[in-house]
Amino acid sequence: MSAITRDEVAHLARLARLALPEDELDQLAAQLDVIISAVAKVQEVAKGDIPPTSHALPLTNVYRPDEVRPGLTPDQALAEAPAVEDGRFRVPQILGEEE
Amino acid sequence: MTELIRLSAAELGAAIASGETSAVEATQAYLDRIEAVDGEIHAFLHVAAEKALEQARAVDARRAAGEELGPLAGVPVAHKDVFTTKDMPTTAASKILEGWQPPYDATVTERLRDAGLVILGKTNMDEFAMGSSTENSAYGPTRNPWNTERIPGGSSGGSSAAVAAFEAPLATGTDTGGSIRQPAAVCGLVGVKPTYGSSSRYGLIAFASSLDTPGPFARNVLDAALLHEAFSGHDPRDSTSVDAPVPPVVEAARRADVSGMRIGMVKELSGEGYQPGVLQRFTEAVELLESLGAKVVEVSCPSFTTALAAYYLIAPSECSSNLARFDAMRYGLRVGDDGTRSAEEVMSLTRAQGFGPEVKRRIILGTYALSSGYYDAYYGSAQQVRTLIKRDFDAAFEHVDVLISPTTPTTAFPLGERTDDPMAMYLADLCTIPTNLAGNAALSVPCGLAPEDDLPVGLQVMAPALADDRAYQVGAAVEAALRDRWGGDLLSRCSYAV
Repeated sequence: MSAITRDEVAHLARLARLALPEDELDQLAAQLDVIISAVAKVQEVAKGDIPPTSHALPLTNVYRPDEVRPGLTPDQALAEAPAVEDGRFRVPQILGEEE
Repeated sequence: MTELIRLSAAELGAAIASGETSAVEATQAYLDRIEAVDGEIHAFLHVAAEKALEQARAVDARRAAGEELGPLAGVPVAHKDVFTTKDMPTTAASKILEGWQPPYDATVTERLRDAGLVILGKTNMDEFAMGSSTENSAYGPTRNPWNTERIPGGSSGGSSAAVAAFEAPLATGTDTGGSIRQPAAVCGLVGVKPTYGSSSRYGLIAFASSLDTPGPFARNVLDAALLHEAFSGHDPRDSTSVDAPVPPVVEAARRADVSGMRIGMVKELSGEGYQPGVLQRFTEAVELLESLGAKVVEVSCPSFTTALAAYYLIAPSECSSNLARFDAMRYGLRVGDDGTRSAEEVMSLTRAQGFGPEVKRRIILGTYALSSGYYDAYYGSAQQVRTLIKRDFDAAFEHVDVLISPTTPTTAFPLGERTDDPMAMYLADLCTIPTNLAGNAALSVPCGLAPEDDLPVGLQVMAPALADDRAYQVGAAVEAALRDRWGGDLLSRCSYAV
């Protein structure tokens, strides 16, 4: 049995906002099947009582003083935008007609 | 000016300081070299000739005004294209950031400038630092100066090739799973992954935030230590930055002494699957360390055999989250915005066109590992393995000062050999990944050429967190002893040597 199906890959691509063409989905499904079968090895050694490590450093609650600092000007922030209108980022339609 | 580019970074810095040469002369010599050889090597994505000369003139002016400058002032450096630079494009070798001009400098960039280092340009890499061969660059591969039909390693392959081809005396890189040590090993250089959190990630385009670590490339251990020292240290702008002094790496590189040191050979990082010539040079390095007065013992780190699997769940998971920022709205590529498509459709089209195959593969894999129903089995288990790896390191460092292994299982493989086989590509990082997962420090130093292909082999030296200096001390001792044996640097045997 394969570890991941083509339909699952198509679903994941939608979740990840990747409009993949059919041929790419086919190729990815085959490759991911091999990769997932290999990485599933972690389940053989991971046991219930081992605490997880999410980070190499045990740092917690790192704060900086709450003070105003210089940031980017609106012009600098907009300089590399794909589209700009009236000093703002211009984006395609977000809501449908009926919403 | 072959004489100038032959000098080590330390020697060049001293020659500039004494007035024997100038930052401008040194910079021009390297720009000429890039002009001469980069057509074939393709180490650079962007050469900033005018800006480099401008920076060099500024350093010379500061010196002339009597300012006290650091040991690398005026020395050129090649900068990986994953660090933001406000006066040069930054692409992470991706089409989604083609031509992007960041509005700010990364902390590493800023510190290079403050130290008077002259940035020659931005180096090629695997797209978003995902890969082990630099073949995942959207702008074409980089070639290994030792054999131009071979890969220069990755993801920092442009940086390693630039230093090996004498296009720069120093280069920056980032190491998430081996992306500095592996390219250093296969190009016959010194490369270091510092302790996680001791070099800043601010302005570093994120791949896997709990693993990404900036570090140096150099032709020798002392030069690497000088660059390490120049850009490391606490950065309040990075919330995972360690507020601790930079370990005394330069002093350690000068000490170059292993007598009385306890060195552990990691049992799990050799044997089957390793190229015979790699194992041969590694065994000789072990004998060399013993002859220099170190006590070498075999150490078992059983969980290291699961490190690769854990890494290829953790890194893609973090990448799928980090790369969500490339949404076609605020900067970078935007595709299909013709007034008929929704933001979501434009986003999906842009990401499908802007990201290359390996990046898409990892985004999907990470999305899978983090999705409900699979999270515990994959991402959760991988995090538990991470704990086991840390415990193995901790247990080992109770008995030994450093651990050693080959840096890579094989020498540089041929271009194209693994591009259709992702798992085979991932195996290149087999020996380097445990250190990333545990967050400690490791260095790769050349230990000879494999007899079967005459390509460089790297010795990896792993040290506890914040004891980076130990790795430098061992690396420098190996380097000094081998230099005596070879009558010079290994790199002098490369056909691109000057």
